[in-house]
Amino acid sequence: MSRGLLAWLLCAVALTALAADLDYRLQPRQIAPDTWLVEGTTEFFDSRNGGNIANVVFIVTAAGVVVIDTGPSRRYGVQLRQAIAAVTDQPILAVYLTHHHPDHALGNQAFQDVPIYALPGTAEALREQGGELSANLYRLVGDWMQGTEVVQPTATVSEGIQEIGGHRLQFIALAGHSAGDLAILDHSTGVLVSAMVFNRRAPATPYSDLGRWLASLQRLQALDFRLLVPAAGPAGERSLIEHNADYLRWLGESLEAQAEAGVDMAEALSAPIPERFSDFALLREEYQRSVGYLYPALEQSALEVRR
Amino acid sequence: MLALAALLLNVARAAEEPADPLDSVQWPTMRRMFFPQAPLRFDERVRVSVPKAAEDPLRVPVTVRYDALTEVREVLVFIDFNPIPPVLRLRPHNLKPHLGFHVRVQQATPIRAAVRTADGLWHVGGAWVDAPGGGCTMPPNQSSRLADELIGQVRGRHWPLAEGGNRLKFQILHPNDTGLVAGVPPFFVESLKVEDAAGQMLAEMELFPPLSESPLLTLESAAAGPYKVSGRDSSGTRIEKVLP
Repeated sequence: MSRGLLAWLLCAVALTALAADLDYRLQPRQIAPDTWLVEGTTEFFDSRNGGNIANVVFIVTAAGVVVIDTGPSRRYGVQLRQAIAAVTDQPILAVYLTHHHPDHALGNQAFQDVPIYALPGTAEALREQGGELSANLYRLVGDWMQGTEVVQPTATVSEGIQEIGGHRLQFIALAGHSAGDLAILDHSTGVLVSAMVFNRRAPATPYSDLGRWLASLQRLQALDFRLLVPAAGPAGERSLIEHNADYLRWLGESLEAQAEAGVDMAEALSAPIPERFSDFALLREEYQRSVGYLYPALEQSALEVRR
Repeated sequence: MLALAALLLNVARAAEEPADPLDSVQWPTMRRMFFPQAPLRFDERVRVSVPKAAEDPLRVPVTVRYDALTEVREVLVFIDFNPIPPVLRLRPHNLKPHLGFHVRVQQATPIRAAVRTADGLWHVGGAWVDAPGGGCTMPPNQSSRLADELIGQVRGRHWPLAEGGNRLKFQILHPNDTGLVAGVPPFFVESLKVEDAAGQMLAEMELFPPLSESPLLTLESAAAGPYKVSGRDSSGTRIEKVLP
């Protein structure tokens, strides 16, 4: 055997081994009747987690499987379908996207045979930013993204209650974490899915609108539900909403007060964070990202002196 | 014998040249570019604060503090891996040891400040800033174009410091174009000085386009306000404003 061929073979073997290892090992866990959670890690994107940092939910209805979010990559989407098939023989009925962020919507490619529903704001943001979002994810997680392309939603969801295969699903149109944040409450099981809430991981605020986000959380508070599935971290109770609201209020007030006191942006990065938020993973990191996005405008408006 | 002495001298010289604590392959180039002959040491007393990751690479905040150094004659800030490395050159006349600003970075890179003391020695500090990352990461905001009539306007404010004197923050509205984007020529704020009400010079600055759009600068001085900020941009347009 020639050396070139040997090298090629070794290379091919190595690549195969690598490819074989790009397994998200998705393990759906039943959290309510017909309702399954595929939980992501509470980490940043990296080449070990392959971008699997968001929660996906699917509901096995009598009319077919309703899938809420599709994960970060084509590969994730494909593996999600396999994981769903391991739980039920029911076909996929439809996909609903909670919002356009890449860890929630880049698995769409694997669901092109069914309608993909999203809020108008989500569809618009994915059209505008999808390319850059996916390019950035390629850079951050690497091979996991192979073959991933942005697939746009194919249908618009609006506020209201729909009966789907024996489940009464309420669709709630919110905004603030992103340009369009869809919450879904299954009145038949009491499960509320909302990616505006984070559990054991600090809320990601880039490009968000804190005021609208807080108003949206208030609407969630008013709903009658039993179990809340957040954007990331384990499913939890109603108190998650208030904890998130507490953090967002503190964040907004703290940054505004610092800007008003003349603190430099680089100094604001290391400002103390109250102990009561220490249950959030990536707290300092997400806080610093929030400073990066929110502080420039606050710092500049503090210069417009009111005299 | 003579050869041996020469060899030893060379070894000694090599040993004198301190190793870059930030371990950047660009350091030798920076050394030649900014300090071809001058004596230099890496010095932790020059503290450069940056975020770990450049969330918005067009606006990366930096502060430089050098509280423990006295008789400072010059401060030079540069970015190893930028296509245009120099950021600003400051000659402090009546300033406290604090400097804040925002920069554009091209990729993961050290950001450094070199502080020259009266003895001619450069004290170099710095920190790495990483490329953007993280969950729900978004592309950087493309900067909006400023309206022509706003270019060159200055706004600013000062705050009293607990230990006396003031912190002065001001912003020059300006596109500060680098000239690296095709079809957009370089057009940036080139020089600034800050004086107090009595005309006493507090700071003179030479600025370079890696400073973010509408450069925002923070200085501290024992002198009382109001302050006068003046200067010009690369097209020769005057900038002038008294900040009450």
